[in-house]
Amino acid sequence: MSDTKTPTHTPVEQTKFGKRAGGPVKWLDERVGAAGVARGLIRKVFPDHWSFMLGEIALYSFIVLLLSGTFLTFWFQPSMQEITYTGSYTPLYGLEMSQAYASTLDISFDIRGGLLMRQIHHWSAMLFIAAMYVHMLRVFFTGAFRKPRELNWVIGVLLMVLGLIEGFAGYSLPDDLLSGTGLRFVDGLIRSIPIVGSYLEYFVFGGEFPGNEIIPRLYMVHILLVPALLLGLIAAHMLLLVYHKHTQWPGPGRTEKNVVGYPVLPVYAAKAGGFFFVVFGFTALMGAVLQINPIWAYGPYNPSEVTAGSQPDWYMGFVEGAVRLMPNWEFTTLGWTFSLNVFIPAVLLLGAFFTAIGAYPFIERWVTKDDREHHLLQRPRNAPVRTALGVAAMTFYGVLWIGGGNDIIATQFRLDIYAITWFCRVMVFVGPVIAFIITKRICLGLQRADKEQVLHGYESGVIERSPDGGYSERHTPLSEVGQYELTTHERVEVAAPPPAADDRGVRVPGARKARRHAFVSKFYYGDVVDKPSRDDVDEARHHAGHDGHELEADEEFRGVGETGVPRSH
Amino acid sequence: MSSELPVQRPRNDIEPAEPLDNPGLPEHLPRPTDVDPAMERRAERQISAFFGLATLLTLVFCVAYFVVPKDATFLGWSALNFSLGASLGLALLAIGIGAIQWAKKLMDDHEVIEMRHPVASSEEDRAATLGMLNDGIKESGFGRRPMIRNSLLGALGVLGLPAVVLLGDLGPLPGRTQFSTVWTKGMRVVTDVSGLPIKAADLEVGELVNAEPAILFETDEEGERVLEGTEALQAKSKAAVIVVRIRPEDITAPAGRENWGVDGILCYSKICTHVGCPISLYEQQTHHVLCPCHQSTFDLSDGGSVIFGPGKRPLPQLPLSVDEEGYLIATSDFTEPVGPSFPEIEQES
Amino acid sequence: MRFLSRRRRHPLAGFVVLLLGLVVAGGLYSTLAPRSAGADTADARQVETGRQLFLVGCAGCHGKNAAGILAAKGGNYGPSLVGVGAAAVDFQVGTGRMPLANSSQQAPRKPPAYTAEETAALSAYVASLAPGPAIPDTEYTDPSDEADVTNGGEFFRTNCTACHNSVGAGGALPGGRYAPPLDDVSGKYIYEAMITGPQQMPVFADSVITPEDKRDIIAYIESVSEEPRYGGLAGGGLGPVSEGLFSWIIGIGGLVVAAIWIGAHGARVKKQT
Repeated sequence: MSDTKTPTHTPVEQTKFGKRAGGPVKWLDERVGAAGVARGLIRKVFPDHWSFMLGEIALYSFIVLLLSGTFLTFWFQPSMQEITYTGSYTPLYGLEMSQAYASTLDISFDIRGGLLMRQIHHWSAMLFIAAMYVHMLRVFFTGAFRKPRELNWVIGVLLMVLGLIEGFAGYSLPDDLLSGTGLRFVDGLIRSIPIVGSYLEYFVFGGEFPGNEIIPRLYMVHILLVPALLLGLIAAHMLLLVYHKHTQWPGPGRTEKNVVGYPVLPVYAAKAGGFFFVVFGFTALMGAVLQINPIWAYGPYNPSEVTAGSQPDWYMGFVEGAVRLMPNWEFTTLGWTFSLNVFIPAVLLLGAFFTAIGAYPFIERWVTKDDREHHLLQRPRNAPVRTALGVAAMTFYGVLWIGGGNDIIATQFRLDIYAITWFCRVMVFVGPVIAFIITKRICLGLQRADKEQVLHGYESGVIERSPDGGYSERHTPLSEVGQYELTTHERVEVAAPPPAADDRGVRVPGARKARRHAFVSKFYYGDVVDKPSRDDVDEARHHAGHDGHELEADEEFRGVGETGVPRSH
Repeated sequence: MSSELPVQRPRNDIEPAEPLDNPGLPEHLPRPTDVDPAMERRAERQISAFFGLATLLTLVFCVAYFVVPKDATFLGWSALNFSLGASLGLALLAIGIGAIQWAKKLMDDHEVIEMRHPVASSEEDRAATLGMLNDGIKESGFGRRPMIRNSLLGALGVLGLPAVVLLGDLGPLPGRTQFSTVWTKGMRVVTDVSGLPIKAADLEVGELVNAEPAILFETDEEGERVLEGTEALQAKSKAAVIVVRIRPEDITAPAGRENWGVDGILCYSKICTHVGCPISLYEQQTHHVLCPCHQSTFDLSDGGSVIFGPGKRPLPQLPLSVDEEGYLIATSDFTEPVGPSFPEIEQES
Repeated sequence: MRFLSRRRRHPLAGFVVLLLGLVVAGGLYSTLAPRSAGADTADARQVETGRQLFLVGCAGCHGKNAAGILAAKGGNYGPSLVGVGAAAVDFQVGTGRMPLANSSQQAPRKPPAYTAEETAALSAYVASLAPGPAIPDTEYTDPSDEADVTNGGEFFRTNCTACHNSVGAGGALPGGRYAPPLDDVSGKYIYEAMITGPQQMPVFADSVITPEDKRDIIAYIESVSEEPRYGGLAGGGLGPVSEGLFSWIIGIGGLVVAAIWIGAHGARVKKQT
């Protein structure tokens, strides 16, 4: 900019290209009004923070999935017709197998780049769902789901559920031994649905397992139905994001009323567009050097064969774990058998888990009775109970995950598989409680530390000796910006329980409900460490200024910074 | 009474609520590339080098597609997969890194403030919309003509039925098909894959045979398999069995099943009663068989009873005998349904 | 000839003829019979060597006559080896599983404690106790070109993968026991394991899985372990579990690092120009 050699900017409409493109652009605008739409978007502001890019990973993985998936459909044959394999993978040459499996072998060994596309497709599917999870955790722990974004949260949960279904359908398509074993599991799962299980099973599979129909049907679900729903919901998710404008971290100059960040054109477009290429490139590199789902090693599906270490992809691992940990509850009444050992962990749990996640914003809204819009994020420590609930849910999920991989853990760490199962059976209940208590304590401790820093500054690393020989560490006050950043969170209000009866002993209507609410409110916010008041801050500042004397240390040494790094000139 | 309850002090009575005023956006500081022309030129060169590299790598990808043979290996990996993936991946990464560096180093980086507006519509908008909606309802007579309205709603509601009814042919009804397998009285038990009949005298203690009903290997007069393709798979998914030989003194046969074995040779369904994985993780010393999917464990010396895991029903046992040549045969079909439970499993026909 | 005819009545003639007869008979014996006689003595010597080794290294658990030692609480301190055959000894000792280093759920594979000759001697001794499975013929343990890998794969997936995993990576059994990985296990030991059923492994006798089928299985295992890992690093053949770990640690880990880099504010200059 300061360089004189930098060419000065010519307005785009006056450049050679602009003059040539002007006609078509005008033509388009006269038909669709493009300028009016673009006007609102071209300089739209997005705040800059790494944690805001986690959802982008999911979005870009989805695009990579569409691209690589389209490529795979050119050769994949979704048919369960049994044929004899004559392709180039010799250990399976001459074997009877379904066309679906044979065509997947062809993609892997006879189509150049086919194996790469298969691996990219599978890796990006894993990343798609993983990125959705980390994005969801970010939104949860920062309170970004609060009004007005509850609906977008629900859409996000739907995207997650659809992503799981999409992934599972894709996992089943190649008809190798692992995917067939997975389908066998689904068959047992559908059968376990009370009363109508058998009928549903025969409808889904078109008769007895495995039948002829399931792969073509799953193929339709995998490449048409669910992707269309995903696309529609992603569009809604993005539209709401644009309409709400992105949340931002509180800080100097950042308020509930504004968004501070970089405009779409040019910085955000370059960063987000660049990130798409990074995600795609990263996935391609994973496809180049990390083998995933080597279907040729598993062999074609055969209902009398199975392999040790039969696992679903990681995102179904928690369901697998729940099924493994479940006690063998099954009973028959009035001639109907209820297989709770399968139905509870595989069907009910999955439903309950995502319903609970989807309902969370509404539960918290009921506790806070807070009807204001929130565009500033919360630090996890400033919502200790929410954070603790989130970590408890993660622990629950993690224990189920361990349960789902108990056979691999047993062989890798030379443990008893039954012992792992029993450990998980206990920990699935105890673990979340412990995690809740520990997390809440950590949050409260951090809140106290924050308050301490605001009032008394941070430890400077300078040790002083008093005339009577005592040692103390000098505290350096935070800058005003630093103090501000630690006090931006809102004070919380704990609902007071109303009296059960008024002065004359008449029962107050709704008192029981109000008391229940007060109880939950206290559970949520009763222990929260309140931030200091203005008087506290003023007094502390006055106090520090009063007896504080200038540091008479070596010129070069200025104590340590907030991060503990020594400061010098 | 109210004094008994602990009353929490609402904390928003602190005035002012915020201990500090918002200090406002900090001063914008320039980057080294903003003030140092040499660094700016260096960044420019660096970024275009990334884009140049991407072009080069994309060309490498195209060359590799035609040049690298499909069966060549590199580091024990497929050379084609590696060369295509690495060149494509690095090319994409280079484009991404270049674009991001451009944004970070050279594009104007003044933060911009955009004001938010209430998400909800304005009162006027709401009133106007409501007015228009009412006009529409009034003009249509939707409210005044309940007969038309209700009959229309009824007609639309019923339209859901064909959508459901049309799914009727998704599959046949189960009927009693879940209760039986292809095993019949006198059918030989043959080894899986090779279809060899099993001579009872040849089996050793500790032996495990993954077996199938002989019908899966039978051919008709024209040499065609009796059961083929999907039919064979469906039959297998219920009829697969495991045959084991256990020292007779180790066996506790359930009542009524004492003569279902032949000198300690027992035959059980291979299909787990939990969700139907084939189980053959057989421990010859403990006589336990473990399902690799969810670790249901069955004791074959004790009538296939469950000793661990989420499975509930014991493994169904197939009654065995030997024919005049000494080969193992079934004396009937399974006497109970095999595979995972289903709602009607306990219902007698 | 006169020399002989003149002396045929010599008093020593009888002795000479006797001597000659003895020499011829001895010579004939030493050229014809000694081979079998030597083998017998060699075999006997090998069995004896084996017995000596057995008494030193094995009898402590298996008993002086290899009949096993019953533990006080019932069950075996060491099982009887009568009738287990040479194949069982060759497998157990040759793969280092025996002698046991310590009592645990399962005897692990380790470097063998005995040399090949000693192992052969032990095998010979145990085989001499009662008939049992012999050490298999190399025709079936060294996969030749005749081996049908596809057929072997079918047998492998039907009989072996449930415990040993699709790529032979091994698997878990109850009580801390496990099915060991199959990589680097020679064809001979795979064959011997099938016919003898070591530890918890069931027996897959030749009457059920023919020697030709066993040869195919061995050929399949070898072909799979020798084939390239086409797609890249395979994560130990553990399937979706290691793939899930990779997607979180490498995939999400790497991309989050990228996101942090994109969101980071680089160096700033304090002084305005």
